[in-house]
Amino acid sequence: MKALLTGNEAVARGAYEFGVSVATAYPGTPSTEILENVAQYPEIRSQWSPNEKVAMEVAIGASVAGARALTAMKHVGVNVAADPLFTASYAGVNGGFLLVSADDPGMHSSQNEQDNRYYAKFAKIPMLEPADSQEAKDFVGLALEVSEQFDVPVMLRMTTRICHSKTLVELMDPQAREVKPYKKDARKYVMMPGNAKVKRVELEKRFAALREYSESTPLNAIEWQDREIGFITSGISYQYVKEAVPQASVLKIGFSWPIPDAKIREFAAGVKQLYVVEETEPYLEEHIQAMGIPVIGKSLFPIAGEMSVSIIRKALGLSVTGPSHPAEDTPVRPPVLCPGCPHRGVFYALNQLRLHVTGDIGCYTLGALPPLNAMDTTICMGASIPMALGFEKANPELAEKTVAVIGDSTFLHSGVTGLMDVVYNHGTSTVLILDNDITAMTGHQENPSTGKTIDRKPAPRVDIPALCAAVGVKRVFTVDPFDMAALRELIKQEVAVREPSVIIAKRPCALIIRHDGTIYRIDHDKCVGCKMCMRVGCPAISHANKKSTINAALCVGCGVCAQVCKFGAILKEEQ
Amino acid sequence: MKNMNMLLVGVGGQGTILASKIIAEVAMLEGHDVKMSEIHGMAQRGGSVVTQVRMGEKVYSPLIEEGEADFIVAFEMLEAWRWSHYLTSGGTMVVNEQKIEPMSVLTGQREYPAEILETLAERSAKMYTLDAPALAREVGNLRATNTVLLGALARHMDIPLSTWERAMHNTIPDRFLDLNLRAFAAGYER
Repeated sequence: MKALLTGNEAVARGAYEFGVSVATAYPGTPSTEILENVAQYPEIRSQWSPNEKVAMEVAIGASVAGARALTAMKHVGVNVAADPLFTASYAGVNGGFLLVSADDPGMHSSQNEQDNRYYAKFAKIPMLEPADSQEAKDFVGLALEVSEQFDVPVMLRMTTRICHSKTLVELMDPQAREVKPYKKDARKYVMMPGNAKVKRVELEKRFAALREYSESTPLNAIEWQDREIGFITSGISYQYVKEAVPQASVLKIGFSWPIPDAKIREFAAGVKQLYVVEETEPYLEEHIQAMGIPVIGKSLFPIAGEMSVSIIRKALGLSVTGPSHPAEDTPVRPPVLCPGCPHRGVFYALNQLRLHVTGDIGCYTLGALPPLNAMDTTICMGASIPMALGFEKANPELAEKTVAVIGDSTFLHSGVTGLMDVVYNHGTSTVLILDNDITAMTGHQENPSTGKTIDRKPAPRVDIPALCAAVGVKRVFTVDPFDMAALRELIKQEVAVREPSVIIAKRPCALIIRHDGTIYRIDHDKCVGCKMCMRVGCPAISHANKKSTINAALCVGCGVCAQVCKFGAILKEEQ
Repeated sequence: MKNMNMLLVGVGGQGTILASKIIAEVAMLEGHDVKMSEIHGMAQRGGSVVTQVRMGEKVYSPLIEEGEADFIVAFEMLEAWRWSHYLTSGGTMVVNEQKIEPMSVLTGQREYPAEILETLAERSAKMYTLDAPALAREVGNLRATNTVLLGALARHMDIPLSTWERAMHNTIPDRFLDLNLRAFAAGYER
């Protein structure tokens, strides 16, 4: 039976069909739906972990204990999990171990465009790159076999277009799910120097065996056609090449670390002009050039952003259809904080108080956009709190003008260690934790403070105020972000205090609560057209002919605009 | 047959993804190879969204290139404007007469382009517009706006109505099916 599945759904199906028993992740676009779909199979023990490092370590533990294990994360999540990955490579596996890395060329939902193929080379682990959903599913099975055969963690490298494109997949019955017996083996699993030195040498023997495998696997296959030009390519770029130049010969690399040198030599010798087409970094190209083989890659095809059929054809001097008319100059429509978002009032207050804001990763990063403009920095998960401390260490005068802003899920991911640093190193930072009771940006996943597990069963809740107190923060406050006056006064008070403080702005995400029917409307007789209400950046409010108007279909009655209006023109309407 | 390319464009939350799923199901029932691509994540926060469906004997790229969309279904007028240059010559456009102003327009920094529908109609003979939310409300629920638009699209595609109905049976939960079938019919008959 065939089904139309996204790459992410196909990976989850692969986990089901190929005997995965334990699956872990921290949500991150474009990887999130992998675990959401794995969790649909009750045979697999699935979980959201607080961060990618923990997810990776739980999966490594499961593998050592004998289960086939999978962990999934976005590309930057692998940075967080890199520490265990590099040494798990030394220790190897018991049950097969699969890391799924979902990269985001084009940065649709990410802060950078790093190419995680280099991680496979760096950590000395094999890598498979599917080019559609069928391969995404099949490669899960192959990767687990390779993992067990060669005693090594394996990486499945996906990209946004593979993760989020639906293609046809042949479904099969699941194979037997078994957990191998666990046997204590300190020389294998205790990576202290004496043991790791032995493993270090074995790593190279394993690499040699994997190179042979890479030469013989059908995943690296030559499609001979016209020999005037040949393309070496992998992943989604394969699809673009096939469509851009259908008559060309192609070496499709599905097993992309170790790279199959002999097969590349054979292919290069068989074509007149050799190209390599790959998204972002010249990963294959540099390797081929180092082999002494002339090849054209990044000198012709762009290094930044996504590849496409048109980009390939234009680069080769071939015709493209092109736009039917010049693209219109259309006002952009970036994502915005939703009507009723509890973050809105916070950023309005921070903007009004003219504070420096070290920000973090989540919906609230949108607070950086106009008209709120209330964020100075965003680097990575958890950076907000340490960076605020860094501001203060660089210039003590900035302490009273700076706040860190971080969400509940991100605080638990990697914010709490930064808060410890503030307390421990005598910082005075003010930290705003925007607790909306969910991991919102990635589509509403549970986390350790929401009281539910991935399958929405009850779980103990992390008590965030108690956690902050335990870290040593003496000034911990909880405030309703819809109470604008109280929020503003509290922020003013706490930035002035010369000791660490945490303000928890607590209110559930507007998308996870039922709207009680309350809305607001603007009395046009009282509206003087001052546009103060426009400064809260609510998509339900528009301004035309010197009057503001609330779209009743969008308003959810948060009342933030009414608190901003100085003329009492915004009125509550019970329905 | 030559591959057929369909672009569905709108604003996050309008239901473009479900509509694309139904189209992809139609393609499967017709025995075609099919690929469908969507971008989510930040898109669900009221940003521009686009989903792409390609069908035919063998589809490689999941993405449609500029000037190669045989059909564009626009759930919102500004999004029709933004993506109109993707339409192939002789292509068909179905546009919902709905206006959702982006933040830059709400705050008065930019103007919502005037005469979008008129300009698009001048460029394309096969341009069809309808007030899909009004039709959805008539059949009982605003949320069925997306299937109203599918009905309008189906009218201009060479695929049997029975296939569309089967596709909706296969993709829409039972308790919403009747509403959506009525919405589809309202769009089709429009």
